[in-house]
Amino acid sequence: MSNNNVSYNEQVSLESGVDAAQENSSIPASVSGGLFSADYKKNEDLKEMLESNKDSQKLEAMKRIVGLIAKGKNASELFPAVVKNVASKNIELKKLVYVYLVRYAEEQQDLALLSISTFQRALKDPNQLIRASALRVLSSIRVPIIVPIMMLSIKEASTDLSPYVRKTAAHAIQKLYSLDPDQKEHLIEVIEKLLKDKSTLVAGSVVMAFEEVCPERIDLIHKNYRKLCNLLVDVEEWGQVVIIHMLTRYARTQFVSPWREDAVFDENSEKAFYDSEEERKVEQVKPYIMDPDHRLLLRNTKPLFQSRNTAVVMAVSQLYWHLAPKHELNIITKSLVRLLRSHREVQFIVLQNIATMSIQRKGMFEPFMKSFYVRSTDATHIKILKLEILTNLANEANISTILREFQTYVKSQDKAFAAATIQAIGRCATDISEVTDTCLNGLVLLLSNRDETVVAESVVVIKKLLQTQPSQHSDIIKHMAKLFDNITVSMARASILWLMGEYCEHVPKIAPDVLRKMAKTFTSEEDIVKLQTVNLAAKLYLTNSKQTKLLTQYILNLGKYDQNYDIRDRTRFIRQLIVPNEKSGALSKYARRILMAPKPAPVLQSAFKDRDRFQLGTLSHTLNSQAIGYLELSDWPAVAPDQSVRIVEVVEPVKETGAPVHGKSKPGKSSEKFYSDSEEEEEEEEEGSSSEDSSSSSEESESESESEENSDDSNKSSSSQSDSEKKKKTLKNKKLQQQKPDGKDRKQKNGNAVKGESRSESESASESSSSESSSESGSELDSDSDSDSGTDQKKNTRSKPVQSTLVTKQVEKKEVSLLDLDDFSPAAVPSPKSSILSPSLLSDLQGLSISPTQSALQASSPVFVPETSHELLHRMTGKGLSAQYRFTRQPCIYGNSMVSLQLTLSNSSDQALENIHISEKSSTGQNIHRFNAIERLEPQASVTVSMGVDFNDSTQAANFQLCTKEDEFSVSIQPAVGELLLPITVSEADFSKEQGKLLGMNESSATITMTPENVSSQSVNRKVVSVANLGVIPSSQENIHRFAGKTVSSGCLVLVSVALKDPDAVITINTERTVMGSMLLRQLKTALTNSDP
Amino acid sequence: MIHSLFLVNASGDIFLEKHWKSVVSRSVCDYFFEALERATEPENVPPVISTPHHYLINVLRHRIYFVAVIQSEVPPLFVIEFLHRVVDTFQDYFGVCTEAAIKDNVVVVYELLEEMLDNGFPLATESNILKELIKPPTILRTVVNTITGSTNVGEQLPTGQLSVVPWRRTGVKYTNNEAYFDVIEEIDAIIDKSGSTITAEIQGVIDACVKLTGMPDLTLSFMNPRLLDDVSFHPCVRFKRWEAERILSFIPPDGNFRLLSYHVSSQNLVAIPVYVKHNISFREGSSQGRFELTLGPKQTMGKAVESVLVSSQLPRGVLNANLNPSQGTYTFDPVTKLLSWDVGKINPQKLPSLKGSMSLQAGASKPDENPTINIQLKIQQLAISGLKVNRLDMYGEKYKPFKGIKYMTKAGKFQVRT
Repeated sequence: MSNNNVSYNEQVSLESGVDAAQENSSIPASVSGGLFSADYKKNEDLKEMLESNKDSQKLEAMKRIVGLIAKGKNASELFPAVVKNVASKNIELKKLVYVYLVRYAEEQQDLALLSISTFQRALKDPNQLIRASALRVLSSIRVPIIVPIMMLSIKEASTDLSPYVRKTAAHAIQKLYSLDPDQKEHLIEVIEKLLKDKSTLVAGSVVMAFEEVCPERIDLIHKNYRKLCNLLVDVEEWGQVVIIHMLTRYARTQFVSPWREDAVFDENSEKAFYDSEEERKVEQVKPYIMDPDHRLLLRNTKPLFQSRNTAVVMAVSQLYWHLAPKHELNIITKSLVRLLRSHREVQFIVLQNIATMSIQRKGMFEPFMKSFYVRSTDATHIKILKLEILTNLANEANISTILREFQTYVKSQDKAFAAATIQAIGRCATDISEVTDTCLNGLVLLLSNRDETVVAESVVVIKKLLQTQPSQHSDIIKHMAKLFDNITVSMARASILWLMGEYCEHVPKIAPDVLRKMAKTFTSEEDIVKLQTVNLAAKLYLTNSKQTKLLTQYILNLGKYDQNYDIRDRTRFIRQLIVPNEKSGALSKYARRILMAPKPAPVLQSAFKDRDRFQLGTLSHTLNSQAIGYLELSDWPAVAPDQSVRIVEVVEPVKETGAPVHGKSKPGKSSEKFYSDSEEEEEEEEEGSSSEDSSSSSEESESESESEENSDDSNKSSSSQSDSEKKKKTLKNKKLQQQKPDGKDRKQKNGNAVKGESRSESESASESSSSESSSESGSELDSDSDSDSGTDQKKNTRSKPVQSTLVTKQVEKKEVSLLDLDDFSPAAVPSPKSSILSPSLLSDLQGLSISPTQSALQASSPVFVPETSHELLHRMTGKGLSAQYRFTRQPCIYGNSMVSLQLTLSNSSDQALENIHISEKSSTGQNIHRFNAIERLEPQASVTVSMGVDFNDSTQAANFQLCTKEDEFSVSIQPAVGELLLPITVSEADFSKEQGKLLGMNESSATITMTPENVSSQSVNRKVVSVANLGVIPSSQENIHRFAGKTVSSGCLVLVSVALKDPDAVITINTERTVMGSMLLRQLKTALTNSDP
Repeated sequence: MIHSLFLVNASGDIFLEKHWKSVVSRSVCDYFFEALERATEPENVPPVISTPHHYLINVLRHRIYFVAVIQSEVPPLFVIEFLHRVVDTFQDYFGVCTEAAIKDNVVVVYELLEEMLDNGFPLATESNILKELIKPPTILRTVVNTITGSTNVGEQLPTGQLSVVPWRRTGVKYTNNEAYFDVIEEIDAIIDKSGSTITAEIQGVIDACVKLTGMPDLTLSFMNPRLLDDVSFHPCVRFKRWEAERILSFIPPDGNFRLLSYHVSSQNLVAIPVYVKHNISFREGSSQGRFELTLGPKQTMGKAVESVLVSSQLPRGVLNANLNPSQGTYTFDPVTKLLSWDVGKINPQKLPSLKGSMSLQAGASKPDENPTINIQLKIQQLAISGLKVNRLDMYGEKYKPFKGIKYMTKAGKFQVRT
């Protein structure tokens, strides 16, 4: 891609160089020179106009430039003058500048960058149209260096409040993907988010993006399947086409075939065989019942047959063709026939598809046969397609009507069409044996036609027909021999000669005479005729050598000296084969058997016979060859994948409140288990077949329905003493050890929950270390965390709160370890816009110099969560209100660029404090997600709430006002640099790869002397993760420890490696955020040299 | 999806190009020109052409080829339908869609194309939305713009883009509220030599011109909805209501639009409004041919047949025709061999006829095919299928609109074989 660009640029610069040279050299006043210089002057004049102060002048200039672009003239030299106007207030001028930019930015990448900051500003504009068009242009500028900016803008726009902007974001996804396919993983995340969008405006565009970027990720559709089906009617028409095609593909992978009942009658024998076997098998078990989701799709697409958009009608037709039970197919017919009234091009495509359908199912279109009658005003390719369909529809009942119609066509002035008609007659004759003779006689009559092409085509078709039943038709052969002198089309002459030779025994008298005539004209014949003459001579020599020996030799001699080497070769070969002499070996004995071997009759069949290998309505089907990007329609699965993956539960929006609900118990809430992916796999390996449910299949793990899971749970809890369970236990324990500090908390919390005690929210929240807790029950927490655990299949099981209280410790333990795998990136919550991008271009470009590709990176859970809390407000200054905060190190649920914090507020005064909240005014620029106001805090009581702060990846303190009813306290939170990170897991190889990309300025390292107690790998790990929220990368080398994380706001990679070289250690930090890197380095240095545990 | 668009005129020159992704060299059109050369008639160019790296999908309208460049799999009808929509939009904006009109308004064309497609995927194709984004050029507006410096480009996102009725803009105001509906039916027929009908069917459309204030909700019901066999609707029509009650219920777009197109069930016998008596013959050996044609009304339900136009493609061997019409005028183009006779109104008392002789190429043998005769005609105030609108009601607004319904029958593809 980039190579292409470069070469293209070179080419362009070369051209412009040539231009310049021409301009400079004073060309004498030739006409072209004169014109050219005038042109050149004009451009100068445009430049002046663009630099004037008046908008009207500029606009005039831009209009003329657009005129130049439209004509395909090169206007790239005006780039600097035009790009200046990108920030113009005049909207029309601006739009025209956009048009120009999109056209030429690729060629003038450096200059194009000047405009980027304008777009970034426009992306924040309150007017949605301006936001959207800024994104459109920004993403249309094909400059690889701005990929990260595009990525960020897309992410931001995908959470915009305006559906129009989100639609634009969906379009931008494809643009970015084509510019930099490495961004795929990130784009998939955005697509996933947008697929959940409920706006009909977005649906079509995002599905388009899905088809372009990740059509293989069918799992992303499951959850949205029903929504898409239900929205479909209201989606704009272009989106409908795309969605229908996608759903067709989806349905073919998810549902079982509805064609079983009539499979036996399927014309496709192979399939029928296969299916019928299937059928027998299935019939014993159960009759076919259509999946309700399958039915839903068919039902919801049905109204679209009435669409005015032909593409939609065709799309629904192909959906029905590929998905509906055979007996429901007839609905297609009328709509498709209706489309035949449309434009010529539409007719062409529709007729092609009907042609394919009519081969397999004649009955569908037979009642509408007359709609396919040809009119003299049709274009030739339309006529030929109609002919094809009529031929396909022919059967014993209607053949006479069709043949009468064909008779008219043969007389058509359009000779190509007349010839095709003759072919069609030939096909009818072979297909329907009753009319073979009639057709043959008709064709013979055509031999006396005045038009050569008609005659020639007839001869060829007759030849084919005769081959099927030669013996009875010596009359026809004789007739053709008579006509031979008058026929000049070489193909026809060759065909007659071949017939003579092949059936020379039926016409023993005529054949030698024809050969005699040919001998006279041999030299002036076409090559193909000459070859057949040689053949005829050889065959006659073998059957009737007495009469033709001399003739044959004469012809062979002529052929020997022919100009064409094919003929010379053939002659030599024939001579060796048939003329016996000493040299010729055994082969000549078999000459007769070789030349006169019975030949199979050619099969006349439709050109559309094999078209059904392509999905109908596609470009590939039209071209009859696989187009670039064609997605194969899979065969029906033998067994339907689990249906429950499509079950969508109404997920309550995450309550963003930290307010305590004193004394309110959560009824019937208990912990419930949830399998995370890795967990499940491990379990299956370990467990083998301990409990029936869990051993059923791996598919089940993907999509176990809730009830099953419950029973699974109880099963396990009751049979908890089985060996496998024990094994599991040990496994869990191991895990627990690994993640102790965190795990402990959770365990405790869950334990509490299970006991069924009614607990106040605040308490459980304060105990748990998870940020998202507050009012969420444990179970909801699970389901949410599950939804983002990175493995997509997991997403498909939203868990319900479970009523069962029969859950034992065992299960809890399981949950404990599961919870640790949480990862969070909120889906529906629109993230507040962050000004991550510094407005100045310079800093942008610095950041851009190396674009991070984080395709293989997966966020993971924190390894260590520090318990220490920091003072936010002392009780003395706070007039009794004291506040402490700590970093939870969890991804923030309020916005994915936020750091989540937990705030503990306590009232140490002797009267209740009311209305505790954070003031709306924020003195520094950070985006803060406030906790909901606490209405009342009793004396000596305390409450824990969570909040999110977007620090923009800087350690600048966030200042805000903590207010009570009476007072306001200024407080500030100063984050340690290590808290601005989120851990990620990468493989060791990826780590080294990424590290390799972040060298030079982006690397900072230091050598330290380790204190002896710190050298163990465990303590190094502990120290590092306590300083910074990083993930531990398993290392193959013992003395090198690796850690990886990303910054919360911008998602930049931060890679830390500690290489131990006794007694020294080298700490290396690689990150684009060099400032953060050096700060982190300083802190790590202190931590690792400090001997404190 | 759609990579680029080239507009090619009848003489094979590219006069406009637009790219939505990276620039595709116009040399890609060479493949199209090759196909154009091979084609005997302009209509015979295959709509889909495959080239080594791209696919070209073209549409011919108003003697302009709209050639879209595609790079990967896409439903071809999607592109074709879109291109036709582009042509419709141009026609809507400029009145005509000719090379001159497009060249004169190249900036508006560019702005339109920019709005209609984003990255090759249709963005806004509703004419109501487009007209809010880019105002159609009128002389008055051009004058005003040059004086006041205002622009043709809207600054706000059109309301329709986000609403559930994207086809209608908000804040429509008229002093005269009117709604006109034209029921237009076309007869497609093939009549054979002896005058018997080989195939005949009726296709109809209801075109509307609605100028109503606010957000009116209209319902239209038919006396005999059973006649309608297969229908396709403008997106505004509520499908459920039609399914259940056979009533068209809709919030109309503002201005002109096609509400419905339908097909009359083939069980009903189709009335053929005219008959043709013809005697076209060529004698073997002589260079003369005879031409006789008489038209007469057949089943017209008592209405007059107007605007009759007869055309026929005569055999290639015909050099000239020397004919004598009893009414109207005729022309014969010796190059294309197209004979057309503008008959006008058929008077049942005095049937129109066209008689005379044709001269053939000397020495050429007798053409063995007879020409087909295409007939165009109009019958006012009659829907030939018998379809009748029962009533039109408006809800949602208080004023009383003026309502009008007009019926018309036309000949569609009406051919007589001789």
